[in-house]
Amino acid sequence: MNEQQRDYVLRSVEERGVRLIRLWFTDVLGNLKSLAISPPELDNALNDGMTFDGSSIDGFSRVQESDVLAIPDPDTYELLPWADGSAPEARIFCDIHHLDGTPFEGDPRQVLRRHVKAAHDAGLTFYLAPDIEYFYFKPLIADAEPVPIDDGGFFDHTVNDVTGELRKNTIRTLETMGIPVEYSFHEDAPGQQEIDLRHTDALTMADSVMTFRLAVREIAARNDVHATFMPKPAEGLQGSGMHVHMSLFRGDDNAFYEESDDYDLSPTAKSFMAGLLRHAREITAVTNQTVNSYKRLVPNFEAPVHISWARNNRSGLIRVPIAKQSNPLATRIEYRSPDPACNPYLAFSLMLAAGMKGIEESYELPDEADANLFETDDAELAELGIEQLPHSLYDALEIMESSTLVREALGEHIFEWFLRNKRREWQGYKTQVTPFERDRYLRSL
Amino acid sequence: MSAETTRMLAVVPDPTSPELARTLDLAGYSWKAVNSVAEASESEPQGGWAGVIVDASDDVDAAWTFLRAMRKQRTDSTPALLLVGGGQLNELEHRDDLFDDFCLNPFHPSELEARLRHLLTAEIDVQSADLVEYGELVLNLETYQASIGNKPLDMTYMEYELLKFLVQNPGKVFTREILLSRVWGYEYYGGARTVDVHVRRLRAKLGEEHANLIQTVRSVGYRFGQSRWES
Repeated sequence: MNEQQRDYVLRSVEERGVRLIRLWFTDVLGNLKSLAISPPELDNALNDGMTFDGSSIDGFSRVQESDVLAIPDPDTYELLPWADGSAPEARIFCDIHHLDGTPFEGDPRQVLRRHVKAAHDAGLTFYLAPDIEYFYFKPLIADAEPVPIDDGGFFDHTVNDVTGELRKNTIRTLETMGIPVEYSFHEDAPGQQEIDLRHTDALTMADSVMTFRLAVREIAARNDVHATFMPKPAEGLQGSGMHVHMSLFRGDDNAFYEESDDYDLSPTAKSFMAGLLRHAREITAVTNQTVNSYKRLVPNFEAPVHISWARNNRSGLIRVPIAKQSNPLATRIEYRSPDPACNPYLAFSLMLAAGMKGIEESYELPDEADANLFETDDAELAELGIEQLPHSLYDALEIMESSTLVREALGEHIFEWFLRNKRREWQGYKTQVTPFERDRYLRSL
Repeated sequence: MSAETTRMLAVVPDPTSPELARTLDLAGYSWKAVNSVAEASESEPQGGWAGVIVDASDDVDAAWTFLRAMRKQRTDSTPALLLVGGGQLNELEHRDDLFDDFCLNPFHPSELEARLRHLLTAEIDVQSADLVEYGELVLNLETYQASIGNKPLDMTYMEYELLKFLVQNPGKVFTREILLSRVWGYEYYGGARTVDVHVRRLRAKLGEEHANLIQTVRSVGYRFGQSRWES
């Protein structure tokens, strides 16, 4: 580790009177985990890491080989703006290692590091910018339907704007933590918000998404509001997605841009898109990892269902935003299926792996599908060769299990654990008898 | 001979040019040639190196790499004297933090001796260079702290390094490439877009009111503070 960087962190902790340092890492399902240490421990932690029992973390070690090492990444040192001002707290993201220093296979951050490095070795840097949607609800009451905190709609500027204030506070907090926001607005459904983050490299962005989810919840909770990233919190409303804008840079040049192309897209961009499309069904269990995720991926709610691409068609899986005027740096693609409840490290890893596979094997990009696919009938879609995303977590897991790409990209450890864990979730869900069924059958059958 | 000069000098690269070796020997310095900071640390005498001479005339990039690594990895401030060819003078710009003095190569032995003597006996006054200010923005280079309008500004290490470089060179326009090479160093992979990302993060942290301290100069790069041509 760079001496000066270490020094910088130690010095800042001292000068700012930081009382608690939270070492952050992420379990396989994308839950943020935190190990708090006091400042005198930090020097040690930066040098040698902190040992902890990995078997207590979902998807980490088995009991017999349970100890792992959290090594802080000093690049990610930030003060937590919501901590009590008289006892400042800071956070540092960690990479998890085995005790012998080798990267730990169960650590999602290490998985993304591996993919980022592979792209680097091919001369490419992966840039991402997610648009994250979520809901604000009034404090939850057990067994009752959640109540949105406002009844605003798309871009609404509501009077007595509690929502606007909350969003503004959140953005200010994110910005002080080095997470720049590009746009934010009231989304279509009551209580639904969208915040679009400005692009960064993939690893920084995955860290930022973790910070984002915590910041949104913290600030909401302080105002007696419940914020949720649940993909489809109520039927009849839009679901919350996390559209991800992506580009690949070769040095200072956007490898996705080509001036002479009708779409401004280079062969690299087209192969990358083809890779995402071809492997989309395989990676969906990770980009949409809950039972609930698949209730968002239905027609007529602006969420993708069909595996297709187009320039300005929001019913497709990949959208190529049309630039106002040809701009080499802004050329990018938008992958629309992921939801904000995913593990960003693993989701980004798989998107990158699928795209890179397309580039390596020069996949051919299918034709643009510019019709509204929600209005096209199945026979016609079949003729166009347009498939659909998995319809349930069960389908997604079946497809994932047979995917060599996903197995290799996640590594055996996470791949096996993820399938096991998610199959249990599906089993639990399958045994439920829902109000839908009782309404429909109880009297008539 | 004073106490300073009896301590050892590290000389980069190995092998040392015959002229430099002869001059140092004749002036009575004890010295050792090394090629990397790791080598220098390995053979470091008790009490540390008195100073380091880096001959950049054959490979100027290697010289910068060495000096940057030395400044990064060593917390002490071993004084560094740089030997450069006449054609390399433009390379010195904006790298003042990497060396303490320089001498043109080919050198006159008396000049080199005089500069060495001066360098090794000079008390390096760190204190005076500690605070860098621009308007409401203050950077303390010793404690790594920064504040704006008396409110602390918390940054990551690279954000701090970028801001430090900009504040130390106000009014000047830098291309992304220059910023990348001076702040991140050549070893950094990721391209000039990294600079844009960090500038955007710095602006976010400076807050709306002060975000325009870092100006985008269209199709060139960035400038900190007012242009010298504006009032």
